[in-house]
This record gives sequence, structure tokens and C-alpha cells, in this order.
Amino acid sequence: MRRSLILDVVVRLVFHSALLLGVFLLFTGHNRVGGGFVGGLVIGAAVALRYVAGGIDEVREALPVRPWTLLGAGMVTATMTALVPLLFGYQLMDHAKLDSDLGPFGVLHLNTALFFDVGVCLVVVGMVLLLLVAFGERLPLFGAPWKLRSGEDR
Amino acid sequence: MIALLVLHAVVGLALVAGGRGLGRRCFGVAAVVPFVAFLWAALQTSDVFAGRIPVEHVEWVPRLGLSIYLRLDGFSLLFVLIVTGIGTLVMLYAGRYFSPDRAELHRLAGLLLVFTGAMLGIVVSGNLLFLFVAWEITSITSYLLIGWNDEDPKARASALQALLTTGAGGLAMLGGFVLIGQSAGTYDLLALAADPPTGTLVHVGLLLVLLGAFTKSAQFPFSAWLPGAMVAPTPVSAFLHSATMVEAGVYVIARFAPIFAVQGSWRPVVLTVGLVTMLTGGVRALRQHDLKRILAYGTISQLGFMVVLFGAGIPEATEAGVVLLFAHALFKAGLFLVVGVIDHEAHTRDIRALGRYGPGWAGPRLVAVVSGASMAGIPLMFGFIAKESAYTAWVHGEIFGSRVVLAGIVVGSVLTFAYTARLLLGAFRPGIPTEGLPEDPAVAIEAPPAPAVSFWLPAAVLGAVTLVLGVVPGLVSEFVEVATLSIDPSSEPTHLTLWHGFNAALVLSGVTVLLGVALTVAGPVVARFQQRLPRPLYGDVGYLGVIRGMNAVAKRTTGVVQSGSLPVYIGVILLTAVVVSGWALLQAPMPDLPPLTSGPGDWAAAALLVVGGIAAVVVRHRMAAVLCLGAVGYGMALVFVLQGAPDLALTQVCVDTIGAVIFVLVLRHLPTWFVERPTMTGRTFRLVVSALVGMFVFAFTIMAGYVRVDPSVSQAFLDRALGDGGGRNVVNVVLVDIRGFDTMGEITVLAVAAMGVYALARLSRRESRTERSFSPAPRRKPEREREESQP
Repeated sequence: MRRSLILDVVVRLVFHSALLLGVFLLFTGHNRVGGGFVGGLVIGAAVALRYVAGGIDEVREALPVRPWTLLGAGMVTATMTALVPLLFGYQLMDHAKLDSDLGPFGVLHLNTALFFDVGVCLVVVGMVLLLLVAFGERLPLFGAPWKLRSGEDR
Repeated sequence: MIALLVLHAVVGLALVAGGRGLGRRCFGVAAVVPFVAFLWAALQTSDVFAGRIPVEHVEWVPRLGLSIYLRLDGFSLLFVLIVTGIGTLVMLYAGRYFSPDRAELHRLAGLLLVFTGAMLGIVVSGNLLFLFVAWEITSITSYLLIGWNDEDPKARASALQALLTTGAGGLAMLGGFVLIGQSAGTYDLLALAADPPTGTLVHVGLLLVLLGAFTKSAQFPFSAWLPGAMVAPTPVSAFLHSATMVEAGVYVIARFAPIFAVQGSWRPVVLTVGLVTMLTGGVRALRQHDLKRILAYGTISQLGFMVVLFGAGIPEATEAGVVLLFAHALFKAGLFLVVGVIDHEAHTRDIRALGRYGPGWAGPRLVAVVSGASMAGIPLMFGFIAKESAYTAWVHGEIFGSRVVLAGIVVGSVLTFAYTARLLLGAFRPGIPTEGLPEDPAVAIEAPPAPAVSFWLPAAVLGAVTLVLGVVPGLVSEFVEVATLSIDPSSEPTHLTLWHGFNAALVLSGVTVLLGVALTVAGPVVARFQQRLPRPLYGDVGYLGVIRGMNAVAKRTTGVVQSGSLPVYIGVILLTAVVVSGWALLQAPMPDLPPLTSGPGDWAAAALLVVGGIAAVVVRHRMAAVLCLGAVGYGMALVFVLQGAPDLALTQVCVDTIGAVIFVLVLRHLPTWFVERPTMTGRTFRLVVSALVGMFVFAFTIMAGYVRVDPSVSQAFLDRALGDGGGRNVVNVVLVDIRGFDTMGEITVLAVAAMGVYALARLSRRESRTERSFSPAPRRKPEREREESQP
């Protein structure tokens, strides 16, 4: 199967915007529509798009992390966020708020819940990536093999 | 005390984690810790004798009645001194036993230390639940120590057998503790002794506790694991499987007997099991050719003896038990250490091969003879004192069956004499115990080199103590009295002396020795007789039978319950939901229906949902069906948008998009079309189930919204989101803050499920090489060619 040039170009154009959207959703989640789960899913969808366009190698190139690392990092981040308040004498999973005035850029509302959301987001991205690796590796789509980077059918 | 326990655990784990570089010097480091504990315990002696018992108390889980309540009374002190004393010697010995280049020694040393700490925890715990925790740690460390040489399949199998047996017993014991503790309202041993609970539950609990103690102390019919555990290195066998861990069961029986011996079936059960163990262990020891296995069966026999003495709950027998426990730890550990020396130098433990020794072996031989004589109960050895006390106790015994027990322990002691003789003669006299049996490979080995003095010095220390205490038992008389009193405050312990005058016990001792000599002289005849006997039902057979039976039951159950058919699984799950909850729904009156729609957008969403749903069922192209499902998902997203839930809509859209991609990945392994057509009955069944589920969900949704009694919790969420949660997006605040633990659990499930899916995908890929229906297109070609070439 030949790679579709149009799809390829469009996906590459959209990819980074989608990543940005995911991160945006993650950060604004506490006050506006969004959150770690949705953010992770959007990033995951972007990665899936790369997969549709170019297969697992393309995914590896776009996100050069192993899925296990993401899963583990996400779990650790979330757990640490839950545990850290204990060190300061608060309850498990208590969150702190921090508002700082950034002048012309407005007010930054930082909530430590954000770190928990980052953990959720990492786990979701890791899961999508793991599924892609699990089912998508080295096997051809619809029975026809890609000959990626072997050059002949480009 | 807590500090000492923690010290053992910390140093032990540190050695396991980072002691690799130390090699065999690990044992030197490890020896310091039990030695410190030994010194500390020795310093407490005068306090304990004076009745000032050291106590430490820390609450752990107060609501469960679990507290770290440590008490060092006389009996505990005796145990602590035995465990730490022998522990120190074994560590020093192990430092010589292993060759310096042996790998993984740090793990062995560290685990031995952790075990020592746990064992100390058992014997100083005044709280049943904490005792259980320590008990389980000894089971686990024992498992790891037996299986230390993890490249040996036999070691792994033996370790597993030990763990399964003692672990199952441990579980039973926990059940027993809970039954007794709940009946009494306390898990404190002292409080239990002061006010013993009664009743059927307590009787059941006692039997369960006994089950745990019997498995741990290798009583009949759970003794098979102990000889198997002899695959462990000799220092481990000497420490865990002769002098300490296996005595944990005896310890629990000793603590419980004065309180509960009169209740239920305690006494008959304990006495029967103890006697049977003592006799079968002794008989089986007479068949062994491996020095360590002779000792192992001897240990089983002696443990049975101790169970009889402690389990009766009679003050005199208890005192005899204390002496025997003490004597046994000394002579059995000593014998194991000498056997380890022989094994180390001669590279065999087979009594048919051993017998010739060069110069320099006089020391080890003397130690073995002294320890053996103590085991056999020869006068002037500490073991003799123990046996005399036991005989005296049962000669005076007034409970039902005392005579039978007395006869049993006399026969058991005769057997003990005989297998001790077999051990010593077998190890140190050439050529004798071939017994003229056809299968005996009488390959005598050359004289092994002399061992270094420092190697057998730990054994010599134990032998010396045995001898000194045998000649002057008065040295420990007060100790034994205090220990006995702390087990059973109503007892009136007598002073230990070598010479009790000419009495029934002395006569019985004489008879024991005479019969023992006779049995030894008649050894070959006995061996031939034993060969002709039908093999008794060994514990091994029972253990294997239980394991196989469990596997068979599990296999059959799995076969029935897990049919592997997805329609069946889903059908069962859905029908259960419908029947169980639907029945409850039918009990309540149906409320009035709410308005059908709230706007024109609802019609569009409903149309998308209905058309997509029906199409997904009807379409026969797999990919098309998936896309139809996707349409249903987007329809749901539309509903969420219309109802003012943009978060949910966004999530739904993303999930459906990614879901479609993943579906594509999976679908390419499956045929393009749905080829299997369900039968008429199957189709009807599916239709009925679907209709039921649809009606149920509809009714449930309506009902759930209208039968509210309490105010909705959502209002509280809305009120508190900005103030307490600091966020305007209530959904997100709920996720990360208010119900943060749920999210925590969900992402954990997500991560675990992802790994499970990965493993399954990889597994099916491996199968795809063999299963043609699963193999992707390019691979099919060569296989077809192969088929054609083989008509």
C-alpha cells in the first residue's frame, strides 16, 4: 500500500496542534472544559493519527518514549501528589492553591491538583501508546505490508 | 526489644540488598546482630528471675486489636537465648562452611537475620495477632532459605512444599486466633490466660490453632516437608529446621496448653498426634541413609515428644518439656553442624560410604558422640535429664491414658536410641550399615581431610554446654523453674538434679537403653523386616495427592465456568444484571414518564443513536459495524452537549476516535465479514436478552431519577467545587479532588488493563505461528505450499 501524501502532510500539520490542544486541555481543566483524562485522550488521538498515516515507526519517531515509562511515570506522579500532603501534615490527597499575578498575562491559578491530572494524562497516553504497540507492531494493515523507509514504493 | 527486632530486619534486608560485595564476610557482619541480642537477653536474666519482666508496648492497628506488645518472661527468655545463641554460632559456622567464591551468600546471610528477627518476634509477642505476623515472616523466610539454591529444581519444589504446608497451617491458625480472640474480646495472651473463653467457637478455634502448630512443627501427617527441607544448606537446616522455626509450633502449644488443655478435644488430639509423630518419625529415621535425613526424621520424632510433653498441660510434663526443648536445641544443632563438617570435607552424607577418617577428626567425632549421647538419653548428658523428667512426669500422670502415653514415649525413646546409634555408627564406623540389601551401593570413600578447628568450634561449644549441663544440671535449674512458672503459674517446678534416687523413671531409662542396644544389634534384621512391610501412607503422598486434587478441581471448575465463549460471558453478565436488579425494580411502582424530549436537537441525537445501533447489528461487514458503533458514540456525545456536559462530550468523542483506530488494528486479524451465522435458537436468545436489557436500562434510568429520598450529592459538589476544590470545572474538581481516590483506582486499573491487553496481544501473536486461522496473509503462502507438497 502506498502512503497517502495528502494524509501524511495533513497529519504532520495537525499533529503538533493536537498535542498543544491536549496540553491546553490538561492545564485549563480545573476551571474550564478539559482535564487530564481528556487531555491524555487528545494527545493519544494525535498519536493514533500518526499511526494511521505511517505505522508504528512513525509513532516511535513522534513519541520516542516507551509506553511502560509513561504508565509508570503517570502512576508515580499521581501517587506522589496524593502522598506529599502527608509530609506537611495535611490529609492524603489534599491540594494546595496558589494564585500569582503575572501582570499583563493575568492571574495564574496554580492548584497542586494539576500534578495529579498530569499523572492521569500520562497514564492515558501511555495506555494508548501501549495498545498501538501491542496490536500495531510489525503487522501489516489490512493484510498488506508497509514497506516503510525501504524506498522502493515511494 | 522492638529495637532489636528492627535491627535484625534492617541489617538483614540491608545485607540482602547491598551485601553482594562482602561475599562470605556477610556472615561475620550478620553474626554480630544475634550476638548483641544474646548479650542483651543475658543481661535481663536477673530481672526476669526476680519477676521484673521487661515489657514494651506500641499500638499498631488498635481497631483490630493488633498491637506490638512484647513481653520477655522466663520461657520467652529461654527461647530468645536459644535462638540468638545458636544463631550466632550458625552464622560463624556458615562463614567457614561456604567457599568464598560462592555467589549469593549475602542473600542467605540477610535472610537468616530476617528470620532470626521474626523468630524472636514470635517468642516475645504477648499479642496473638503480632505473633501471627512474625509467624508468617518465618514461613516466608524459610521458603526463601530452602529455595536459596534456586537453580536446583528439587530445592524449589521442597521450598514450595514447605511454604504450602506451613502457609496453609498459618492461615488455619489465623482463623483460630480470630475465633478465640473474638470470643474472648482480647488478643492479649495474658488476658486470655486470666479469663479463658469457652464455647464451641473456641473449640473450633483451638483445633485450627493446633493445625497451624502441627504444620509448623512437622507433626503427623504434615511432616513430609521437613525432610524435604534438608536440601537447604546445612547451616540453614541446623538453625531453622532443627532448633528454632520448627519449635515455633511447640511454643504456641506450650503457651496454649495450660489455658486450654482441659477444653474440647485439645488433650486427646495433641497427645495422639504427638505420639504418632514421635513413633513414625523414629521408625522412618531408621530407614534413612543420608545423615541429614536421619537427623530430620529424628527432629520430627523429638518434636512429637515435645508436643506430648507441652500439650498435656500438666505442670510436671511442662517442666520436662522445657528441659527437653533446651536439650534438643543444643544437641540437634550440634549434630547438624558436625554433619555439615563431614559433608563439607567428605562430599557425601551417605552412611554407606562414610566411615574412614584420617587424623584430626577426633574433635568432631567427640562432639558428635556427646551430642548423640544426649539425644539418646545417656546419663551425664543434658538429654538424659530431659528424658528422666519426662518419664517422671508421666509415671505420676493422673489424666486418662497416662500409661499409654508413658509406653509411647518409652518406645519412642528406644527408637531415638536406635537411630542415634545408626547415625553415629553410620558416620564413624566403616562398612557396617550396608545391611546386606541388594540395592546398597557400598562405595566407601577415601578418608576425608581434617577440618579446621575453627570450622567445628561452634559445634564444640554446643557439645560442651550439653556435657556441662548434663553433669551439673543445677546450673540451669532456676532458669527452668522460672520458664515453667511463666508458662503455667500454677506449677510447682522441682529442682533439677542428676540423681533422683532409684525410682521408676530410672528403671525405664535403663530399659530404654537396653532395648535400644538390642534394636541396634538387630539392625540388619530390623531393616529386612522393614523392607518387607508395606510402605505406610507417607506424608509425601498426601501432599502430592492434595496438590493434584486441587489442580484437577481447579481445572474442571475453570473448564465449566470459563467456557471461552464471549457471547456466553456477556449473556451471563447481562442476565444477572437484569434479573437481580430488575426484580428489585418490579417491587416498586413505576413513576410517571418524564417529557420525551427537551428540544429538536434530541430528535437528531436519538435518530443517530437508533440508526447507528440497528445498523451495527445488521451490517455484515466488520469494519462497517465498528463505524456504526462509532456513530452511536458520537450520538451520545451529542446528547451530552445538548444536556450541557461539554467535558463528557469531549471525552466521548476522543474515546470513540481512538477506539475506532484500535478496532482497526484488531480487526485486520479477523475476517472482513461476519461469517458465522447464529442458529435460530441462538438468535432468538440474543434478541430476548437484548430486549430485556434495553427495557431494564430504560426502567432503571427513569426510576433512579424519581425515587430520590435524600437530597442529591451533586449539589454539595457544586457548592464546594470552587471554595474547597479551587476550580470552576466541577467535573474536573470531582475527578482530581473530591473523588480523587476513585480516579487513583481508575488509572491503576487502566495501567494494569493496558499491560494485560499487551500481554494478550503478544500471546496471540505467538500462537499465530501455529494457528493458521490467525496468521496474517503473507505467512499463509508458504504453509499452503507445504500442504500441497504433502498430498
